[in-house]
Amino acid sequence: MFNMEKRDKKLLIIIAVLALLAPFALNPFPTDSAMAQFNAGYPDLMQRFVIFGIFAIGFNILFGLTGYLSFGHAAFLGVGSYSAVWMFKLLSMNVVPAIFLSVIVAGLFSLVVGYISLRRSGIYFSILTLALAEMSFRLAYSVLTPITNGETGLQVYTNDPQILMGPDSPTVTHLFGLEMRSSYTLDIAGWSFDFAVGYYLSAIIMVAAFYLSIRIFRSPFGLMLRAVKSNQQRMNYTGLNTRPYALAAFVISGMYAGLAGGLLASMDPLAGAERMQWTASGEVVLMTILGGAGTLIGPIVGAGFIKYFENIFSKINNSVLHEWFGFLPDGLENGVIWVLEHFVGSGWHLTLGLLFMLIVTFLPGGLVEGGQRIAKRLRRKGADDDDAPGNKTPAE
Amino acid sequence: MDAILLQILNGLDKGSAYALIALGLTLIFGTLGVVNFAHGALFMIGAFCAVTVQRLLSFSFVTIDETKTDFLGNPMKVKTPYLESWFGPELGASIIDWSVPIAILFCIPIMLLVGYIMERGLIKHFYKRPHADQILVTFGLAIVLQELIKHYYGANPIPTPAPEAFKGSFDFGVLMGFDPNAIIYPVWRLVYFGFSAVIIAAVFAFLQFTTFGMVVRAGMADRETVGLLGINIDKRFTIMFGIAAAVAGLAGVMYAPINSPNYHMGMDFLVLSFVVVVVGGMGSLPGAVLAGFLLGALESFSSMNEVKALLPGIDQIIIYVVAIVILLARPRGLMGRKGVMEE
Repeated sequence: MFNMEKRDKKLLIIIAVLALLAPFALNPFPTDSAMAQFNAGYPDLMQRFVIFGIFAIGFNILFGLTGYLSFGHAAFLGVGSYSAVWMFKLLSMNVVPAIFLSVIVAGLFSLVVGYISLRRSGIYFSILTLALAEMSFRLAYSVLTPITNGETGLQVYTNDPQILMGPDSPTVTHLFGLEMRSSYTLDIAGWSFDFAVGYYLSAIIMVAAFYLSIRIFRSPFGLMLRAVKSNQQRMNYTGLNTRPYALAAFVISGMYAGLAGGLLASMDPLAGAERMQWTASGEVVLMTILGGAGTLIGPIVGAGFIKYFENIFSKINNSVLHEWFGFLPDGLENGVIWVLEHFVGSGWHLTLGLLFMLIVTFLPGGLVEGGQRIAKRLRRKGADDDDAPGNKTPAE
Repeated sequence: MDAILLQILNGLDKGSAYALIALGLTLIFGTLGVVNFAHGALFMIGAFCAVTVQRLLSFSFVTIDETKTDFLGNPMKVKTPYLESWFGPELGASIIDWSVPIAILFCIPIMLLVGYIMERGLIKHFYKRPHADQILVTFGLAIVLQELIKHYYGANPIPTPAPEAFKGSFDFGVLMGFDPNAIIYPVWRLVYFGFSAVIIAAVFAFLQFTTFGMVVRAGMADRETVGLLGINIDKRFTIMFGIAAAVAGLAGVMYAPINSPNYHMGMDFLVLSFVVVVVGGMGSLPGAVLAGFLLGALESFSSMNEVKALLPGIDQIIIYVVAIVILLARPRGLMGRKGVMEE
């Protein structure tokens, strides 16, 4: 099936099962228990996991395979969001044309940006993408206000044309009548699980996007991109023009970003320019590196990790900390809380920055490499020093 | 003519800040070969040095003045800074007034120390790593520094006024023979420009006319040979990193009255100063300074109403447009040296 290697098939199936069962897997604690704040199984957060997962998978096709570090990918996400909201304004609230248009527009835009930026490589490429993305961010805020609605952000108003809108079509985003925000809640003995339409649509698209990225990684095209990363000069000396390959990778990853932007807008029909700022581009770089650039699963792990901890850490405040450490003697309690309060709540970015520095320094392969090292050590302990050759190939 | 002159002057202060930050970035890149994304954070730390000094100096005790009452009828609480009670109200108040210039003295040792710790503690381990790794780890460091400042100083900008003597503006037009009130320019911005010119001159003189500077320049040209001659070049490069940090910090201290310091000012300037460095040419010190002033002036030119009417929105993006054109047309930037980061 699917014409894939066994290993990749296993990976795809694991991802698909995880994505389908996420409402259960992410809600391990009963609703009323003290641990309920670590639950992540609500639709809003799960949607962000998979949507940013798509964004990071796409970014990884460019950065992980070719080594070109783009600092402007958020621009494509923003353009995707804008075009999706325009589809809602002009046609109807159906998400299908919105997502299609966002992918196409982001693809065209990334074709232009990529054509310009890929004339240089290394840090110059990073600066060029940064400059072009920052330019589009600034323009979206100022001159392009008729298209982007400036600081207010683009949203759907009741007096918009919406030419495909029938008298009884839903006024919220929907997939042929199935409303994105509708969900089914299953209550089992203290647990409550939400199954939202929006999440499942995003999850199915993410699994499809993941499948496509596996195919790209294993294709001759993917091999060519890796060759660009390892030694571009040698490729050029063999008489091969590498730029079309890099440009194709750039456009594909731009389309992934547009898809993520379109989905974001489909879940919540709003688009703002701050989605295009360079710090937003920095975030997807963080996700990819944190998870493991150049690996298949890494970007999804990184996106999930960052979004999960962003949500959970920023919810912990001083009173929660006092509750946790109430058993300590007063002086010690205050000391511990004084240290910890730097890292939680609004200080979550500090934790992220530190974590990121540690990972770049000690684990250049990201969390995936960390997992592999641990697995290897465990396996070696189990089978003593019987180092099977299969252990040495990194499981991508 | 006077409008153009006014725009050139307006571009000077931003241009000076760009030039100082870009100078530091280029010093670090030229000596250590490290792309430092945390340099904007150093600029921000400098600005917060000014805030801290101002707070320390105006540290006060509270007395209750029975003769006056506040709007609720209670006796009024009067805050008296310690400095005023120690040195008398007049001298005390004027010391507080001059807190920003005083912060310069305070900032230099702090920034040298911060730079030294940064280089020995983190950057040292990244010499041999690819540029992408250097960018990423210093980007992480920048986030950490920024969040620490946000934690202790809050998210709002903190007004840090210049000394009373430098407030107000100065009629530049009369001096140049134009009509009065044609070119009015805030005094502090002129001070900022003069200050940055002095710093830039000092850095160049240090590199040009001292033995230490000569060794550093030799090391920039050929690190290995200098090392083979028995000179500990690493130690000197570490000191240069400290100096680059101090230059960024000084730029920040003096910039505090122009723009109230906030925790993300470093990130705002970082992107632009990278663009400046690249336009000037990686590794070229005069290029960084020239590009800084050039882009500052261009930015303020394009915010003229006549230009904006011609090309709407150009003031927002002019720097990026120039950067893109230069990067594509002149691979080495304006004054880049041959063989440095050329691909």
